[in-house]
Order: sequence, then C-alpha cells, then structure tokens
Amino acid sequence: MKKLLFLTLFGLVSALTYAGGYRVSLQGQRALAMGHTGVAVVNNAELAFFNPAGLVYLEDKINVAVGVSAVFSDVVWQNSEFGEMARTDSPVGTPFYAYFSYKLNEKLSLGLAAYTPYGSSVEWPTDWAGSHLVNNIELAAIYVQALASYKITDNLSVGGGPIYVSGSVNFNRNLSRTLTDIEGNRSNVTLDASGVSAFGWSAGAMWSPIDSLRIGVNYRSEILVEAEGGDADFENIPNSPLTPFSDTQFDATLPLPAELTIGASYQLNEKWLFAFDYNRTFWDVYESLDVDFKNQPNERDSKNPRNYKDASIYRFGLQYTANEMFTLRGGYYYDGTPLESGYYAPETPRNSSNNFTAGLSINVNDKLAVDLAFLYSRFDEIDESYDYYNEFGVSVPFEGTYKSSAFTPGLGVTYKL
Amino acid sequence: MKNYIKYIAILAVAMVSCEPDLDNSIEDKDFYSNGEADFTNYVSLGNSITAGYADGALFISGQENSFPNIMATQFAKVQETNGFRQPLMNDNNGGLLLGGNQIAETRLVLAVGADVSLAPKRLNAQPTTEVSTVLEGPFNNMGVPGIKSFHMLAEGYGNVAGVPGGVANPYFVRFASSPNTTVLSDAVATDASFFSMLLGDNDVLSYATSGGTGEDQTNNLDATTYGSDDLTDPNLFYGVYKTVVDGMVANGAKGVLMNIPDVTSLPYFTTVPNNAMVLTSEQATQLNGYFQAVAGVFAGGLMAQGVPAADAQAFAAQYALTFNEGPNRFIIDVPASLTNPLGFRQMTQDELLLLTIDTGALAQGYGSIELTQEIMQVLGKLQQGGTPTQEEAGILFSGVNGIDDVDVLDSDELASINTATLAYNQSIAALAQANDLALVDLYSILQDIAANGLPFDGGTITGELGDAFSLDGIHLTPRGYAVLANYAIEAINSKYSASVPQVNPGAYATVTFSNNVQ
Repeated sequence: MKKLLFLTLFGLVSALTYAGGYRVSLQGQRALAMGHTGVAVVNNAELAFFNPAGLVYLEDKINVAVGVSAVFSDVVWQNSEFGEMARTDSPVGTPFYAYFSYKLNEKLSLGLAAYTPYGSSVEWPTDWAGSHLVNNIELAAIYVQALASYKITDNLSVGGGPIYVSGSVNFNRNLSRTLTDIEGNRSNVTLDASGVSAFGWSAGAMWSPIDSLRIGVNYRSEILVEAEGGDADFENIPNSPLTPFSDTQFDATLPLPAELTIGASYQLNEKWLFAFDYNRTFWDVYESLDVDFKNQPNERDSKNPRNYKDASIYRFGLQYTANEMFTLRGGYYYDGTPLESGYYAPETPRNSSNNFTAGLSINVNDKLAVDLAFLYSRFDEIDESYDYYNEFGVSVPFEGTYKSSAFTPGLGVTYKL
Repeated sequence: MKNYIKYIAILAVAMVSCEPDLDNSIEDKDFYSNGEADFTNYVSLGNSITAGYADGALFISGQENSFPNIMATQFAKVQETNGFRQPLMNDNNGGLLLGGNQIAETRLVLAVGADVSLAPKRLNAQPTTEVSTVLEGPFNNMGVPGIKSFHMLAEGYGNVAGVPGGVANPYFVRFASSPNTTVLSDAVATDASFFSMLLGDNDVLSYATSGGTGEDQTNNLDATTYGSDDLTDPNLFYGVYKTVVDGMVANGAKGVLMNIPDVTSLPYFTTVPNNAMVLTSEQATQLNGYFQAVAGVFAGGLMAQGVPAADAQAFAAQYALTFNEGPNRFIIDVPASLTNPLGFRQMTQDELLLLTIDTGALAQGYGSIELTQEIMQVLGKLQQGGTPTQEEAGILFSGVNGIDDVDVLDSDELASINTATLAYNQSIAALAQANDLALVDLYSILQDIAANGLPFDGGTITGELGDAFSLDGIHLTPRGYAVLANYAIEAINSKYSASVPQVNPGAYATVTFSNNVQ
C-alpha cells in the first residue's frame, strides 16, 4: 500500500515528442519530384528555401512559387504477445510554401519566403495501449524569411536571410497506464501552446566551375522553440490528495534542428538534368524533452529522454525537359532515422525509409506553370520499444512492431514575370 | 501526355488507400488458434469473483474488468464470437436499492486522512441500481455475488420476494429469466459452447469471514437446514458441483474449472497481524505480574477445593502468560471448558485476525488486559501477601479482555476450513478430469502470490491489500483479475491446443483513489 504514496511522485513521465518524422521535406514540388534535391538546381523560386544564393541566377525579374502538399501518413502498431493492435487515424497534413523573389539588378535579388519544414500530426485511438505516451499530437511551425541573393562573380553567388518562426503544439496523453477517476475515465493531460515565436537564419552559396555543373551548399540554423506559459489541462483526475493535478501552465523547449545541405547538379544536355543532395540534420540537439509545470514541485516535471542522433539523407533527382509544355521529374532519397533503438516513442516511430518521387511541370504559358509531385515513403516494419517510461521507478518498456506508411501528393504553381 | 497525368492520378488514389500493413498481422485469420475449443458462445458461472465484484461492491468498471470479460476480449481476437454480455450495474457507485431502500453499501475507495494515512472508505454516493429492475437476458457472465454451490440449483433464488428473508439473491434477481428459475437452468439455456466456473468459495468463505461463528455442517447433506455462515458438507458440494458440470457439458461444451483458493491466505485474514500487541518493558512486566497473580489466585482456588498443590499449580500454569518487550500475540476468548475454565488463552502462531477487527480497540487493550481501579486494589492486596476473596478473584479475572470469536479464526476453525477446502478441490479436480475440462489451480496460485508475489512489467504484483487484492481484502483488483484471466487462458491453451493471447496485467488498474467518502 505504501507504494501508492509514490503515485504523487510519478510525475508526468514522458510527454511531448516528435520522432524522425517531424522534419517534413516538402518545400517545393519541383524539388520534391526530384527527390527533394535543389541546393544546386536553378529552377524557380523554390531556391528561396533550398539555396537562396541561387535566386540571383533566375532569369526573370519576378519569380513566384507557391504550393501545398497533402500528407497521408499512418502507423500501425501491434503487440502479438497480448493480441493488441492500433492504427493511427491521423488527419491529413497540409504543409505549404510560398516564395517570392525580385531581381533588383544583375547582382542582387531580394526575396520573401514562407514554408513549413517541421510538423507532425498523429492521432492514435484514445486510451489505446500506448496512451500513457501519446493519444494525439499536432505540431506546426511556420517559417517566414526575408532573403537577399548576391552574385559575387558570374559563377559564384551567396544568399541568405533571417527566419522568423511561429510554432504551435497540441498534445494529449494519459497520465499513466491505469489511473482513472471514479467513473473509470482515464486521467489525461492536454498541453497546448500556440503563437510561440523564435528566430533563426539560413545562408548558402552556389558555384558553377563550368557552365553545366553547379555546386551548392546551404545551412539553416537550429531554432529553439521555447513555449512559455502554455496551457496544461488535466482531465478526469481522481478527487484525491494522491493525485494533485490541476490545470496549470507549462514551459518546454522544442528544438528545430539545424540542417546542412551540400549538393551538385549537372546539365547533361538541353533535355536532361541530374541532381544530388546530401542533408545532415543535427538532431543531436534533441536529447530530452522536459516539460516544466508551473506551481508544481520539480519532481512532478516531465523529463523525457529522446537521445536523437544526427541523421543523413541522400537525395537523387533527374529532370527531363520533354518539350515546351512538359517537364518530367523523378527521384529517390534515403532518409536515415535520428532515433536510437530503445527510443521509439509512438508519436512518430519512424525508422529509416526509402522514398520514391515523381512529378511534372506543365507550362500553361510563358509565365505560368503548374507543378505536380508525388512522394511515396516506404518503411520496413520494425520491432522496437521505448524504454524510458517509468512506473514507481521501474522502467516499463512500451514495445511492439511498427510499420509506417506515407504518401504525399502535392500541387504547386510557378509564376515568373 | 494526358496519359501521364491519368497514370499519376491512378497511382495517387492507389497509394492513398494503402494503409500500412504488417507482414504477420494479428488480424490475419490464422495468427491465433482456438484449437479444439469453440469460444463462439462463452458463458461464465460462479460467484462474486466471476461477476467482477471488487472493493466491496459490484459496479460497472469492475464488471468491465471481470476476469471472464477479459477472457472474452481475448477470445474475440482468436475467432468470431457472439460477444459477451454482462448484467451491468446502473452506476460506478456500487450498492443496491430494493424498492428504493439501500440494501448494499457503495464501493470502497482509498482515501487520505487528515494525518495523511491511507485507509479504505466507502464512497459517498447514492446507489442507483434497483434490484427489482430485471434485465433482459441471456447474459454471458452469470456470476452471482454471494452464491454458494447449492444455490445453483435453488428455485426462487432469483425471486425478488425472497430477498428480504435472505432466501433469494439480489444480484441474481437482476437477471433471472423468471422468479422461480435456477441459476443452472438459465445457464444451460444459454447453450454455451464454452464455459468457465469458479464456484464454491462462499461455501467456506462465509464461515471464515464470520470468524468461524457458523457451524461446520460436514455430514449434513440437507442444505435447507444451513445457516448463512455455515460450512458446506463436502459430499453435498460434490453432488451439486457434478450436477452443474453435467448440465453445462451435456451439449458438448468445453470449459475451464477453477478450484477454490485457500481463503485464509487472503488479505482479509492476513492484514492484521496476530502479534500486534507491542509492549514496552514496563508494560510487559506489568502484564507478566498480572498473569502471575491470575495463575496464583486460580491455583489457590483449586487448592481450597482440595486439589493437591502440585496439580493445581500445573493446571493453573496455562494462565501464567508471559510477555516480552516488543511485539506479542494477542489474547483471545475461547469457550470456558473443563480444560480451560477461565476461557482465554494467547493466540498461537497460525491463528488469524479478521480485517474487520476494530484496530482502535486493539490499541486500547482489546486482546490484552484492562486494569481497573478495583483490579489494582486486588493486586495490591496480593502483593502484601493477602488472600483474595472469591469476589476479589472474580474481579481480578475480569481484567482479561480477550478477542471475541467473531474477530478471529482459531486453530480448530482453520482446520475445518482447510479440510473442507481440500475436499472441495479434490471434487473439482476429479470432475475436471472426468469431463476432460481445463483446471486452474487457484488454490496454489493465490498462495504463491501471497507468499512470493508475481512479476509483471512494472515490478511485482503482491498479495497485499491494494495490489492483487482490492480494498475488501477478498476480491481481486482489475490487475488481479487480469492475472486470473491469464492463468485461465494458459490452462485453456494447454488443454485445448489453443493459442489465445494473454493480457498485460500492467495495463490494468489496482485501487481507485477518492476523498469523496462517508
């Protein structure tokens, strides 16, 4: 009976997490169709994201690219020992982008960009077997960036600019595997924070040693989204001093990691273009997610080890200009997971994936093009666990077989004047 | 080029409809096997444990965590079943109303006192389950709290008119198909393809929880002469149990029988230690002095009646109880007899106190002595070498405040319980074998949990109050019921070559906290 006392101490073990999946690589339909390569491709205003140094190479005075994707992503989990299975029923994610550049003179272009490189939306059945880790989560971060692109020489340019981020998160999980109110309703907490601001920057350079070859490098800084005074809403809490949870505020910091990209593109002839990008995402920064509840003793704060590791993505793309009207694209990338074994929390328990892309542009007229892209992400099923959930000081791994799938059609428009 | 767009569109639709699928999904038909058993129509028979009774009451969330409901949920992962209907109560408060008057108490919850102590208390809520509101059957869970073996065959056991007189059971009234039906006849009518039975606890338990104040009816086959706290005759038990099993297997049903736990290993009997009389050295000396006086006076009385001094002192020596600093076993009252004319003795090591004993009184001298002013005067007279009168001797003896029979299971009562339980369990084992049914040795399982606990993914499930056992000390918590379901599934899988998955006990709760108490 005595150990029941410790219930007051069990704290809010495990809370927010977004797994490898919270980097959403959908920042341009043309690039996406080519395996999301683009650090060394001069194509349209998507350069604002991929490498602002390239904006100055765009031929037209005004360049606009806007687009949106629909992410159909789901996860299935099962534990055959206990006959348990659950599927996410996640809402369709809609990451978007909008880029604008204006060529001031032959040396200098200015730009504006808005895009959503990080986000997650996962909804498990309420009170499912892993509900003590997550019932549902929705994370969104909108980046807004001002840009300048400067041509140093005819074959070397640089670009970059400051980034403003507006982030929001909504997260719900049960307080433990078993705690209920007198009616048997599971005790849970919803954390909600929105309009959280943060700042960062990106910068890149592009170099053409020969006409047909471009080499690019781009770096986007780490941005720490510090939610202060978010709302923590506790529901179905027993009427007992043993469970002294009441609605309060919380502070938490979520890192949006830095990303370095280097790559090259090679224009074989008028029809064919090849591109290769290498991404390094500096996930090491995401060691632990700690939620600090206000007006609560420290031991009731939530410490959630994540122990992410820097991860690499290898991207390959090709483009075939069929005629004046149609440009076809295809690509592939290998997306390495930042998750270590034993840290697979069910927010987005994504292992490494093979990704296949395809798409095309239709030039409606000289100024306007419609860009279509499709992404299919293939995940192997994996037996994994999250080993850092504790009950009365005992580690209670949450384990099972996971399989994720994602399919993402996207539509964009390119306009130049 | 239009074709490209068309193909891509088709591809898109195909992908979107493509949910992730596992190579070996438990949803595949042949992932698990029901073996030779058929779980299509599973019916559970038994008493409160089958019904999902917990924390001293029956209520909805307890019923949802009944072990038969847990088993049925797992059966449904193995084959198509007809579902599992339970005669759910009307609320999560527990308790019963009969004609609007409360006849059963609300559930126990764990409450925190002003001094931060934890104690089970009755939930402060109004029961809303009206006994006379009869539910439409049939039901898969036919567990009836309080039922004894022979009640399975008792006509009118579900007649509301018999509830006030104690000849009918309010829980059976709620779902009996007619007032005069029997539980067995309703059970047979369900045409179960599979059944479980955990029956007979109450045949020994009510005797035990009465502190053995009921009668041991061994050799009396006439149940109509039994009082409610009596111990059922093992032969009667065998006959009834056989009739029930025969009725259930008549149509070829397979099933699992669970034998009867050693009720004396339940927290109801093991929570209050029999040696909780903790004494200082001065208190021990005082007690020893008192009992020396009692033995001396008693021996003196015998000698006055002509008993030789040596014999008198030897006989009286049983009252010269000795106590030591630290914990000591309590004193209990026993019937005065030729061998124990004063009618008290110290508890032996194996004798048990009931959970319901007034622990406040124990701290105030219940189970020990109460020294009044008068007794002190008698003791003073004795110290000065005086000889007490018969009246003074009586005053001296009255200082013993032994624990009443109703609060204790003494060694004779324990022997009766053990003998009956083993006899019942022999019958159950024999009938399981004769009918080729699976058997769960609940007797050994619960003894093992009480002694050693049971490992699970969150540590160890102990046999303490509030872990495997609910706050009433007899019934299980949801986690305890999950463990029971797992043992039953294990026995079924083994007997019928099935592969029903077990459940994770760590996903099941123990006790509920609330400070909304009476």
